[in-house]
Amino acid sequence: MISESVVDLSRWQFAATSLYHFLFVPLTLGLSFLLAIMESTYLMTGREIYKDMTQFWGKLFGINFALGVATGLTMEFEFGMNWSYFSHYVGDVFGAPLAIEGLMAFFLEATFVGLFFFGWDKLTKWQHLIVTWLVAFGTNLSALWILVANGWMQNPVGADFNYETMRMEVTHFADLIFNPAAQVKFVHTVAAGYTTAAAFVLGISAYYMLNGRDAAFARRSYTIAAGFGLAACLSVIVLGDESGYTDGEVQKAKLAAIEAEWHTEPPPASFTAIGFPDQEKMETAYAIKIPWVLGLIGTRSIDEPITGLTEILEKNRVRVRNGMKAYGLLQTLRTGEKTPETIAEFNRYKKDLGYGMLLKRYTEKVVDATDAQIELAAQYSIPRVVPLFWTFRVMVGCGFIMLGVFIWAMFASSLRRCRQTTLLKWSLYMMPLPWIACETGWFVAEFGRQPWTIAEVLPTFLSASSLTEWDLYISLSGFIGLYTLFLVIELFLMLKFIKLGPSSLHKGRYHFEIAEGVDHV
Amino acid sequence: MFDYETLRCIWWLFLGVLLIGVAVMMGFDLGIAVLLPFLGKTDTERRVIINSVGATWEGNQTWFVTAGGALFAAFPMVYSVAFSGFYLALLLTLFALMMRPLGFDYRSKLPSERWRSNWDKALFVGGFVPALIFGVAFGNLLQGVPFHLDNDMRIFYDGSFWSLLNPFALLSGLLSVAMLTTHGAVYLQLRTEGEIQQRCEKAVMLFTIMMLVIFALAGVWVANIDGYAITSNILHDAPSNPLNKVVEKTAGLWMHNYQQYPLLILVPSLGFMAGVLTILLSKQQYLKSAFVSSSLTITSIILTAGVSMFPFLIPASQSINHSLTVWDASSSHTTLAIMFWVTVVFLPLIIVYTSWVFRVLSGKITLEHIHNNDHTAY
Ligand code: HDD
Ligand code: HEM
Ligand code: HEM
Repeated sequence: MISESVVDLSRWQFAATSLYHFLFVPLTLGLSFLLAIMESTYLMTGREIYKDMTQFWGKLFGINFALGVATGLTMEFEFGMNWSYFSHYVGDVFGAPLAIEGLMAFFLEATFVGLFFFGWDKLTKWQHLIVTWLVAFGTNLSALWILVANGWMQNPVGADFNYETMRMEVTHFADLIFNPAAQVKFVHTVAAGYTTAAAFVLGISAYYMLNGRDAAFARRSYTIAAGFGLAACLSVIVLGDESGYTDGEVQKAKLAAIEAEWHTEPPPASFTAIGFPDQEKMETAYAIKIPWVLGLIGTRSIDEPITGLTEILEKNRVRVRNGMKAYGLLQTLRTGEKTPETIAEFNRYKKDLGYGMLLKRYTEKVVDATDAQIELAAQYSIPRVVPLFWTFRVMVGCGFIMLGVFIWAMFASSLRRCRQTTLLKWSLYMMPLPWIACETGWFVAEFGRQPWTIAEVLPTFLSASSLTEWDLYISLSGFIGLYTLFLVIELFLMLKFIKLGPSSLHKGRYHFEIAEGVDHV
Repeated sequence: MFDYETLRCIWWLFLGVLLIGVAVMMGFDLGIAVLLPFLGKTDTERRVIINSVGATWEGNQTWFVTAGGALFAAFPMVYSVAFSGFYLALLLTLFALMMRPLGFDYRSKLPSERWRSNWDKALFVGGFVPALIFGVAFGNLLQGVPFHLDNDMRIFYDGSFWSLLNPFALLSGLLSVAMLTTHGAVYLQLRTEGEIQQRCEKAVMLFTIMMLVIFALAGVWVANIDGYAITSNILHDAPSNPLNKVVEKTAGLWMHNYQQYPLLILVPSLGFMAGVLTILLSKQQYLKSAFVSSSLTITSIILTAGVSMFPFLIPASQSINHSLTVWDASSSHTTLAIMFWVTVVFLPLIIVYTSWVFRVLSGKITLEHIHNNDHTAY
């Protein structure tokens, strides 16, 4: 039996380190693209100021990038260190996109990022521009492959369980790549990264304008960020994740939990804008419902129902029982009695094997589980509604506020009227929102998949390594200590360079370098 | 295309290529970080040393990241056992490695002396600790790792952190430090001039000799520790299941492959020859050749370990039958085949553009260079 506390500590550690990694990832994803856009503008217009913009925002990019790399290393190690059963059980499938990410994406971004910083005098303008685009391309490719891996955890297609090796193995690799769950995830996450970078540039440029510094530099940056941000934010919202929910039962349960959809409603379902869900009673108090909306975004149709949690629970009770049979047959097969009948029987039930494994939480002997234990396992297969319900609404709320500001900023800059104090203040104060949205978004995606690491295949509590509590206390406190220190240092440097602004480039034409502090526009 | 047995062998080779890639490419960065506090007397000198790898260390480190990913994809069980079994050791490596991106990028962004000297220490740790622990890990692989599997293939580690730090493993750790420091010194000699360069020459001499002595010592030691061999029949193309074989553990068995194929003795011999050659070339200022020769030394040393152990990847020191080998710890045929093609396409491409980047950035890093680029250099 695996100790409950080791599993919990492993989960806390993974959640903390991955959410921390994702503080830096979205900015890298988006800013690399913005840099490429700024530098392209430099080549098209030939105006030095765009080169300065590329270099200054590039400096901030570098400070952020360093921590993205440092914390990314943790992620790569952690699968093996903390989730060794997971790594064995799905490594055949999951390892491939991770390795491809290294070969195809990390090498590209990491090799050229040095040239981006140190190649200005060694390359022609065109060569340097290509280098910048390659970095942007590399970071986005890396997102693609990691999200193919993560998408497979949500919706494990193209693979099959092999009882001889006791693990999942690839059957159709193409299905893995074209997994709808992975594709919507990729679009949504990458667009979220662009939104983050746009809000970052927008907010800092607004700060310069509010302070009356480096006006030309700030206005140009602001305009680019407003346009890019509006497009990105629209994409995040419009290309939301709905269509990814059509496949597995777990994804349906997640959707139902997000919406606190306790019972299947006659289609098209209404959307609960706000309310107070109660898991015990399976109902939502004080719900304010908007008719039709959920059905429309959830199924893109008016006649398909959205399955409610009660109905999913009902199905899962059956699946746990089938899972018991599968598990029993598996034991027979693994002790060597491989009659064709047993194999055929096993194949009939094996898609529910994961549900059988859920019983391991309640009994060592899965095959003898009691009715009460089966009920517990079925209940356990339904995600916790309250946290999902709220975090989802925080993300969506952030999205709509940002959309409003980007629209406003876009209008104002196209009318060359972006120096209104109210707008600038909104632009500045909304800076934390994309990060909040990204973190809550990942929470929805990952917590909503619970109790599984691989949906319907491998429960989380089985995935963990057989470590001791002490191992985890040591590592967890190490991570907390170091990561806090890193964050303090990073923010300190970031703020320092933001305050210095383009003067930090030492080009002799910016605010702190001009004696009277007068800008030349 | 290829049958399962061939693909398993190919992937054993690829893993070797990637590991050698790590040692050759990331190795000199680590070595240079070890040398940083000793060879750089002033701040500007230390900046010269840091900037000799400043623009390329990031790409070099990707060899390591990719080797990890490839191990995961090609031999998932090996990845799981190694990473969870060496939990605290890897945690330490990880914490040390995290110092590097920050150290390189943040160190020279502020003029404060304390700030910079703290990052210099962090960079040293980021070079020394991983170099040491990689070697310690290899030392433990050669002796076998105390783990067992249950019938569900769950992994249990039966040792402790301290048992990793046994004398033989520590010797391997020192070998790795000496090897990578030599490599770093050679590279630094190539990229610098004047006093730093002369100090590098001495370092090359010192560390190469140390490396060769330890390598010889370790060789004698390995010949006498317990080696492993498969004694039951094992199908080379059966589904991967490490529970299906019988293994024998006896002193001297790691020499078995050399007895069977005497020509293999060339591998370690090449290591010694290339080591001596490195010293000569470094003295004669044939620095590019010295770098090649040092890379060759590294290649031979890693291959020596690999060849001695083949087909074992992680021998199990207590439940010896659970040892992981090339034949029973790999991914499925399909995955190995897919990853084969991906590697065949992308690895050459990576080598081409990496070479181009190194060409663009070639040339000596000088004190003037640092003065002239005070605000942009690391
Ligand atoms: C959607 C994007 C995304 C997601 C979900 C993740 N990452 Fe990440 N990762 C990136 C996007 C990214 C990036 C944008 O490509 C980074 C961030 C900063 C950087 O340097 O590259 C990066 C860096 C980065 C690095 C350092 C690469 C280098 O040395 O250059 C590693 C090893 C990982 N990541 C590994 C992971 C793993 C194992 C993850 C899964 C848990 C993960 N990342 C989630
Ligand atoms: C390919 C990418 C990813 C993979 C393979 C992955 C995998 C996992 C695994 C194995 C766990 C532990 C089991 C569990 O508790 O669910 C987990 C949990 C978690 N991950 Fe992810 N993750 C990925 C990316 C991320 C990212 C980038 C974030 C956020 C920034 C994130 C947020 C979380 C959270 C919040 C949990 C905790 C959920 C919980 O335990 O209740 N994940 N994920
Ligand atoms: C306003 C409308 C939005 C909708 C309807 C929406 C929808 C969703 C849903 C349903 C998920 C869960 C995906 C899953 O189950 O795997 C999700 C995840 C996520 N969201 Fe949003 N989101 C919105 C806005 C945003 C914004 C503005 C951001 C950030 C700027 C953001 C960032 C993320 C991230 C990073 C994830 C995790 C990755 C993923 O699963 O795709 N979202 N979003």
